[in-house]
Amino acid sequence: MSISDLSPLGAQGGSHVRAVHDEFHGDLLEVSMGPHHPSTHGVFRMIVTLDGETIVKLKPVFGYLHRNHEKLGENTSYLGSMPYTDRLDYLCSMTNNWAYAIAVEKLAGQPVPERAEYVRVILAEITRLLNHTCLAGFLMQDLGCSGTPLMYAFREREKILDLFESLSGSRMMCNYQRFGGCRVDPSADWLEGAKQLTDGYGQFLDEFEALLTGNEIIMARTQGTGVLSPELAVAAGVTGPMLRATGVNYDLRKTDAYGVYPRFDFRVPLGAHGDVYDRYMVRVLEMRESIKILQQALAGIPAGPIMDPKAKLRGFRPKAGEAYGRIEGPKGEIGFYLVSDGSPNPYRYRVRAPSFINLTILEDMCLGQTVADAVIILGSVDIVLGEVDR
Amino acid sequence: MLGSGLIQGLAVTAKNLVGSFHDPARYTNVEYPEVKTKLPEAYRNFPFLVTESASDPMGTLRCVACQICEKECPPQCIYIEKSKDKKPDATGKMQLFPAVFDIDTSVCMSCQICVEVCPFDAIKMDQVFEVATTSRFEALLLNRNQLAKPNTYYHSIHPTEAAEVDGRLAAERKAAEEKAKAAAAAKAAAAAAPKSATAAASATPPSTTPTPKPPAAPSAEAPKPPTPAA
Amino acid sequence: METAEQIRDRLLARFPGAEISVVTNPGAAAQHSLLLGHAHARAIAEFLRDDAPLKLDQCSNVTGIDWPEKKIVETTKVTVPDPAGGPAKVVEQKSERVQPGYLEVVYHLYSIAFRHGPVILRLRTGNRTDQVTVPSLTPVWRACEFQEREVFDLYGVKFEGHPDLRRILMWDTFKDHPMRKDYVEPDDYEWEPTPHGAVLEKAKAHYPTPPAAAIAPAAAPTPATGGAKS
Repeated sequence: MSISDLSPLGAQGGSHVRAVHDEFHGDLLEVSMGPHHPSTHGVFRMIVTLDGETIVKLKPVFGYLHRNHEKLGENTSYLGSMPYTDRLDYLCSMTNNWAYAIAVEKLAGQPVPERAEYVRVILAEITRLLNHTCLAGFLMQDLGCSGTPLMYAFREREKILDLFESLSGSRMMCNYQRFGGCRVDPSADWLEGAKQLTDGYGQFLDEFEALLTGNEIIMARTQGTGVLSPELAVAAGVTGPMLRATGVNYDLRKTDAYGVYPRFDFRVPLGAHGDVYDRYMVRVLEMRESIKILQQALAGIPAGPIMDPKAKLRGFRPKAGEAYGRIEGPKGEIGFYLVSDGSPNPYRYRVRAPSFINLTILEDMCLGQTVADAVIILGSVDIVLGEVDR
Repeated sequence: MLGSGLIQGLAVTAKNLVGSFHDPARYTNVEYPEVKTKLPEAYRNFPFLVTESASDPMGTLRCVACQICEKECPPQCIYIEKSKDKKPDATGKMQLFPAVFDIDTSVCMSCQICVEVCPFDAIKMDQVFEVATTSRFEALLLNRNQLAKPNTYYHSIHPTEAAEVDGRLAAERKAAEEKAKAAAAAKAAAAAAPKSATAAASATPPSTTPTPKPPAAPSAEAPKPPTPAA
Repeated sequence: METAEQIRDRLLARFPGAEISVVTNPGAAAQHSLLLGHAHARAIAEFLRDDAPLKLDQCSNVTGIDWPEKKIVETTKVTVPDPAGGPAKVVEQKSERVQPGYLEVVYHLYSIAFRHGPVILRLRTGNRTDQVTVPSLTPVWRACEFQEREVFDLYGVKFEGHPDLRRILMWDTFKDHPMRKDYVEPDDYEWEPTPHGAVLEKAKAHYPTPPAAAIAPAAAPTPATGGAKS
């Protein structure tokens, strides 16, 4: 039985399933997965051509969540774009804020006080914990472990969101960073809360790993699935845990040494095979490194101002020029490219979205795999459609 | 041994299952409409306008209709029209007030930029979140009567921040009073010395409206372009 | 890492006759870029990728910028000798010239092997209407494939040698290029409770009486005050 038999409209009339005739391979099937498919993490569509169960061609279709974020950025002031960056990758608003702030600070030559740099590192690493925990949960959901790992992940996520809420006022749309510092100074109570979270997180990870890492079914499904070669990953501009899972040692926290990262002692976990299992493992190990960074940052955070006293909130007009600022977000290199013509609005505002660029090699990873594997390969790329389609 | 990973994982789920009956860390659900969690003080959702007195909200709005928030609002959801006349503000200075102040909460994204840019501490973030309505446009477009909430309410939702704001405003008021006193003393001195009387009189700020008029009648802002349908 | 000038000099030695110039960035970031002519662009890109001291193996970001044609008024001071024999007069002469518009594609290159960057490449089209072709760098860096498609979609730059140049974010039947500065969005105006600026103009076209006037008849805003708000 082929998929066309399962289509309610039969082989002839189905709009989403269509038989493709080819004299060498017999019947190929063209299946449209998405945009409304539970496995696509949002409104993403893949046009998959199948030979039986095997994928012979996969064309990603973007744009279902496109709202021309970049045009919006050109029509609002520099400050006005900050809350919109929350809505790019809505799991990691703190790192989006930071990336945008770092680009504007580069453009305007705006210094940042030391305490603010520490707070930014703390928030970015907590965001990394949040993102990787959720991703592991989603990936397991895609694999078919319905519910349990995702619910455990969300239980921990809730603690992090409570922290974000008590600091910035919002759970996901934080709008917290400003050009030249941060909006609110975290209180001693808040820092104590972050310390408690950090200390308890290692225990949660132990439990989470006991549940998943050694599981034979997960290993059988993910090892050797969706292999990405380091050469292709570099050529295609893939960054973040996706790149490091292929064994390429490239982490912007080390190479760019932005913020106060050079002061912390941490290692960059690398994979060896570039398959789905490596991507999962790299993220778990990265979380352990994040905990180490958090412990050092929370112990060493200095007192002092949180905003540069010369930073301007209203009437902010950087002089003409351009700047490209980037940081290591949980999903990869998130960068903002800004061109200023001296007016209050950016002349050009461009987002280099990591999950969009990591998604461009989806076809290369899926060729020769089965449909069920395409779902977990997509899950391991870690996409958020708000950022892919912008 | 094959299967040991599976067994280890099952042990974790069993621990969580048993733990959920006695350990609050393993059972974190809150039965929402019946039980509510306490919101953190910093929580923000939708702006409101601060008034000094609860009995006369429209007469004691802190807002002076400077329209900075309207200009800075990223999704452009604030609409302000200045009044024609003036009334005394918190420091006793004659100020304009908003004849119309509308916020379209269907567009507002609660980003707090209006609060940050306001130089008069007149607009603050609310903590309401159960604001579902049955009509899309009319019920979510709040006018100044719906937006005005007294300072006591502000103290009840953001106590630390409100105390700080009140302290700052009191200091400003005191400074203004002292300045007025000094000006009065200077005037008296000028009256004593008739030569410089004209110069001192011109230095004092001219007041445009001697008596504060009551704000525009509420009926003036009630109707909306498409009349609200049932 | 070498400066943009050093890279240019080395490239000129390697590719005699190639059009390469340094575009200085006056801002605080001081990320200067190299403007390449079309003829040698791909060969230069390949050279930069494989060159031993640079090895720019990662093309991180590809983006377009629209520069519409601009009127530039230049004031020059001319000394005119006085025919009467007096001192020479200085007369200001204003000349207007039109700077032609063009589309620009910007590539941010980094080296993963040597961990340096960015080296920024720029390609410019002849104009914004019929000469909008630039050579594609997708054969050099795979990362350009989808990002060049995006530039094609949003700016209308055609990439010669791109394997699959289709729209990516907008739908296939879409006509215009939305990121261009002169893009006019379709008039799909619905009712807007708080119209501002351009939206207010649209609202006026769709309703005989401006909605703002209906909100507050007492205040009766004139078109002038409505326009001043934007």
